[in-house]
Amino acid sequence: MSERFIASDFDVVVIGAGPAGLAAAISAKENGAGSVLVIDRESEAGGILQQCVHNGFGLDTFKEDLPGPSYAQRYIDRAAAAGVAFLFNTMVTAVSRDRRVLTSNDRDGVREYRGKAIVFAMGCRERSRAQIRVPGTRPAGVYTAGTAQRWVNIDGFLPGRRFVILGSGDIGMIMARRLTLEGAKVECVVEINSYLSGLSRNLVQCLQDYDIPLLLRHTVTKIIGNKRVEAVEISAVDERWKPVAGSERAVPCDTLLLSVGLIPENELTRRVGIEMDPLIGGPVVDNRYATNLPGFFGAGNVVQVYDLVDSVSSAAEIAGRSAARYAAGTFAADCGSMPVHPGKNVRQVVPQRICPASLAEDPIALQLRVAKPLEGPVEFRVIGGDRILVRKRFPYARPGEMATVMIPKAAGSAFRETDEVRIDAVPLAEGIE
Amino acid sequence: MKRNMICVTCPRGCRLQVVKDGHGKLTVSGNFCARGVKYAQIELSDPRRMIASTVRVRNGIHAVVPVATDQPIPKALILDAMALLKRVVVDAPVRMGDVILPDVLASGVNIVASRDLAGRDAAWSP
Repeated sequence: MSERFIASDFDVVVIGAGPAGLAAAISAKENGAGSVLVIDRESEAGGILQQCVHNGFGLDTFKEDLPGPSYAQRYIDRAAAAGVAFLFNTMVTAVSRDRRVLTSNDRDGVREYRGKAIVFAMGCRERSRAQIRVPGTRPAGVYTAGTAQRWVNIDGFLPGRRFVILGSGDIGMIMARRLTLEGAKVECVVEINSYLSGLSRNLVQCLQDYDIPLLLRHTVTKIIGNKRVEAVEISAVDERWKPVAGSERAVPCDTLLLSVGLIPENELTRRVGIEMDPLIGGPVVDNRYATNLPGFFGAGNVVQVYDLVDSVSSAAEIAGRSAARYAAGTFAADCGSMPVHPGKNVRQVVPQRICPASLAEDPIALQLRVAKPLEGPVEFRVIGGDRILVRKRFPYARPGEMATVMIPKAAGSAFRETDEVRIDAVPLAEGIE
Repeated sequence: MKRNMICVTCPRGCRLQVVKDGHGKLTVSGNFCARGVKYAQIELSDPRRMIASTVRVRNGIHAVVPVATDQPIPKALILDAMALLKRVVVDAPVRMGDVILPDVLASGVNIVASRDLAGRDAAWSP
């Protein structure tokens, strides 16, 4: 497809061909967009799913347990059938407020495309050594877990023989298993918190199945080695993450992998002047995934880092539909939106604004994370003025697991009587009102 | 017999309490859905896992193609199955679902390609 001449003007231009971009592009087409272009810096579609060879994808979307590349393949096939155009090996260098997209690649040089609507679907990035400030020397052999995952699962080589993994994020645990199956030795996974940061199923099937030790409340306090990592120093930490003197020990290894969190990738979003949520690092969006800049929409991990690709796909479908409507001139720019504030025990909520008028068409999903683990029964309450508009109960709520609270269509009239809402997470042991 | 385990069937990761009485009857609690009961039964009698890996490709757009079991494989066979996969080389193009290793170690489980992988010379189209 990249050999064919591509027009310059499109109804919808999607930046990023990962799961969010694919779902948004297909949805835009299905909702009437005549022409949709997806631009990606990689040589093919699918994004990070192509290197996530493990299973566990698609249980919500397809009711099947799929490897990442198979989940991607289904969307790639659908996008092809829908007539979505792709431009690969191409970097988007800037986007203007009048929706011109500046690109660069080695075939066309610098070239501009125009979209009636733009969808940001750039995904997220891994936090790196510079962002967590690990002391020590700067030898080769310190990589993010996702980089190592790409080398093993796409490029087909092992970046070391003897590994220590810092951070118990899912990618780190999944790589611990993957490297072990490929014959490498994983000495341990080191987690600074007293709890796992990834899913507990991965503790079982990635670490315990292969007798890989998990060291909670420990961290890497020094990287040792001249040209190549020779060892890392591991120390216990106190509840404030301060290393405990005398607890340090050197663990010989040749590679340190970092699995210490993901950050939404929003350089383009910021530079075009879109309002950002400083805590989440993504654009402020309403329930239609519209940003504050007309014609610009956010899909997937650029908006917030999701736990599951299935959730990315369903959010991106809404963004794609909104973009198609904007391109067709049928998108209500001023929908009378109101802010949704994170309240008691709630760290973040997406969307940050809701348009009650949308409830005439669809329920609204509020996706939120609590600020601390609430292990007993919890009631989420959407509160406007002094009235509880929606309640939803969960047996527990944990920061690592996103909770979804649906605002039903029937709640529309109640929302018309308020200017803003907040959402609280109330442990039920504190009494039911 | 009493055992705590974490169900790995889906990302929820239910914490299961499993009790086996004198007649071998299992009582499972802590599960959100029926799959938790099934997981506990199989985990105690014949533990299995889905396994994903890669195999070498000749003339493909990438060096390797991702593969996975088409159903959970007995845990005891995992390392032997990996050793078999290491020796496999396939030719591009590969189609998703192509059987890379049939009936691995007579387990009844096939290892299949997880995606399409075009040849190096073919123009890739989505």
